[in-house]
Amino acid sequence: MNLEKVVFAFFTLLALTLNFGFFLGEMSNPVEHNVYELFAAIVVSLIATIMKFGDRTQLGAVLLAASLVADLQLVAAAVLWGAAVHALDAGLSAGITASIVSLSGGALLANIVSVVLLIIDTVMARR
Amino acid sequence: MPNVIFLVLRRMRTPLIALVSVYAFSVLGLVLIPGMDDTGQPWRMGFFHAFYFVSFMGSTTGFGEIPYPFTDAQRLWVLLTLYLTVIAWVYAIGTLIALIQTPAFRDVVARNRFVRGVRRIQEPFYLVCGYGDAARQLIRALANRGLRAATVDSDRSRIDALELEDLPLHVPGLCADAADSSALLDGGLKHRACAGLVVLTDDEQSNLKIAITSKLLNPRLPVICRAETQDAAANIASFGTEHVIDPFERFANQLAMALASPSLYLLHEWLTRAPGTPLPDPLFPPHGRWILCGFGRFGKAVNARLLDSGNSVTVIEKDPPLAGAPPDAIAARGTEADTLLEAGVRDAVGIIAATNDDANNLSIVMTAMDLNPDLFVVARQNRSENDAIFRAAGVSLVTRNGQIIASRVLALITTPLTARFLELAQAQPKAWADQLISRVSGIVEDRVPHTWAIRVSALEAAAITELGAGGAVQLDHLVRDPADREEKLPAIALMLKRGARETLLPDPAESIVGSDEILFCGLETAAHRMDRLVANPHLLAYAMTGDQRPQSWAWRHLSRLRAA
Repeated sequence: MNLEKVVFAFFTLLALTLNFGFFLGEMSNPVEHNVYELFAAIVVSLIATIMKFGDRTQLGAVLLAASLVADLQLVAAAVLWGAAVHALDAGLSAGITASIVSLSGGALLANIVSVVLLIIDTVMARR
Repeated sequence: MPNVIFLVLRRMRTPLIALVSVYAFSVLGLVLIPGMDDTGQPWRMGFFHAFYFVSFMGSTTGFGEIPYPFTDAQRLWVLLTLYLTVIAWVYAIGTLIALIQTPAFRDVVARNRFVRGVRRIQEPFYLVCGYGDAARQLIRALANRGLRAATVDSDRSRIDALELEDLPLHVPGLCADAADSSALLDGGLKHRACAGLVVLTDDEQSNLKIAITSKLLNPRLPVICRAETQDAAANIASFGTEHVIDPFERFANQLAMALASPSLYLLHEWLTRAPGTPLPDPLFPPHGRWILCGFGRFGKAVNARLLDSGNSVTVIEKDPPLAGAPPDAIAARGTEADTLLEAGVRDAVGIIAATNDDANNLSIVMTAMDLNPDLFVVARQNRSENDAIFRAAGVSLVTRNGQIIASRVLALITTPLTARFLELAQAQPKAWADQLISRVSGIVEDRVPHTWAIRVSALEAAAITELGAGGAVQLDHLVRDPADREEKLPAIALMLKRGARETLLPDPAESIVGSDEILFCGLETAAHRMDRLVANPHLLAYAMTGDQRPQSWAWRHLSRLRAA
């Protein structure tokens, strides 16, 4: 068992699960989407991205790209949230919440791709 | 070739993860610890404010406690995280700086810069392997003519010296072993603009390997290679290397030429020296008994030529059996007066100091000139930085390897016709060379003449292809001044090459046809005027007939109407 592989898979999976946890719930209801979960999703996603740096294989490149997409979407969701509450004084209206959640939904898709690629890679290596 | 960005990312993984973790830890703490607003009501900091605060705290900018003054619990947390973030930043920046300073990383950056520099070259360029004395002079001469080059040398100090050279063009230089094929590929061996490979490293074996590599990876690329022994020269030539240059053999050849025909030697010097420099004086080496000090590769080559041209030679060599010197050679260095007297310096006609040590050569020369002031003195100069002392020594002829190689390569690259012309000229009688020298000295002033070639093609000499149908353009028309056709340009046609037929000093009435190549020598102004003449049909028509052709469409029609 390789510790590096464990840590790598752990962060990749955790990024997906946290992302999924935040995404779960009614789209436009702010109560069903926890800000701490979004924060955790962003932090874990960033760490997962950094762990993918420097891998020059084709698969490594796609994993890094998927991770960067997830980061971008999550950070966009966080910026929207911060702007709505603090800068625009609009508060978490139903529309804005739906936008935030749908952005995180995009990130979720990218994270799913990451995990699927990871599983494929593991299966191939097993052979 | 590793990518710099990937290298940085790989090494920065741990510091970046540490930084993200510390930031997340600090932000989370600030969000979780209860605070108070300005009216004393309990208040929780949001992620937005927490991230804002940590961002300026982490970089130790410090805008104060916002949006409300902190409680003691918050201050305790900030105290802790303040040090954590600073440590994380120092760690990250320190790792980055350490990475940038490692020699391996710098090599990668330098190599990337070199590869980019070579890839960006659009015009034809020459890849020069080795950046020693000869290569330095060659690259400078190429750059002065506007020709690009790139160079690879394993000696870092030489590449550093290249960066300090004040060249009119950017010459990319790489510190790497040129015998390594990846260095050659990075240097543009397969680049579509690469016009030739010039192999001038100090190591015979490397030269051989580079030439082979080039012939295997890009067989069509012309290769010019230096070789200092006959074996190596034959070996390198055996697999199709276009030109092999042996500097010792070349010099011995020139000395033989000077002995046989001073005019031919002078012609050779005039056509191969850098144009615009003062004309070299004619040289009259005497026939008789010569003294040769040093019987190495150079000494052997000179000895053979001296004997061929009917002179006798007394050899002085430190270790005659080892050097393979003739049995009557004197075993000594030749720097002492006794030895030189024993060799009969007083009744010799010339002396050649041919050892591989400049100080010894100078000592031999000075002592010999002291004993017999009428001697014809030839000295071998090994290092270019000794230029000034060799000039001051009053030697009749100095041989410099670097210069011999550089001028030969330059001639092969810039005017291949000149090299061919000089080869053919060697077979001509002595009177032929005497006559040509007097013709050339009639047009040049006191400077070395320019040589240039005109290649008849639609691209390079449009006027000739336009007006030359049926052989209407004659050689004589090209040496007329486009401003006044009664005036002759100060230029002489040296050779006409038509297919495989080469004519020396062609007849002025000779008609010029497509794909002819003509070699001229003369003043620089003549070269410029001739360039205009062969490119502009109106000027050429005037030079041919003296008529001013109507240039515009309207005038052409009018004159046609008038003629009809």
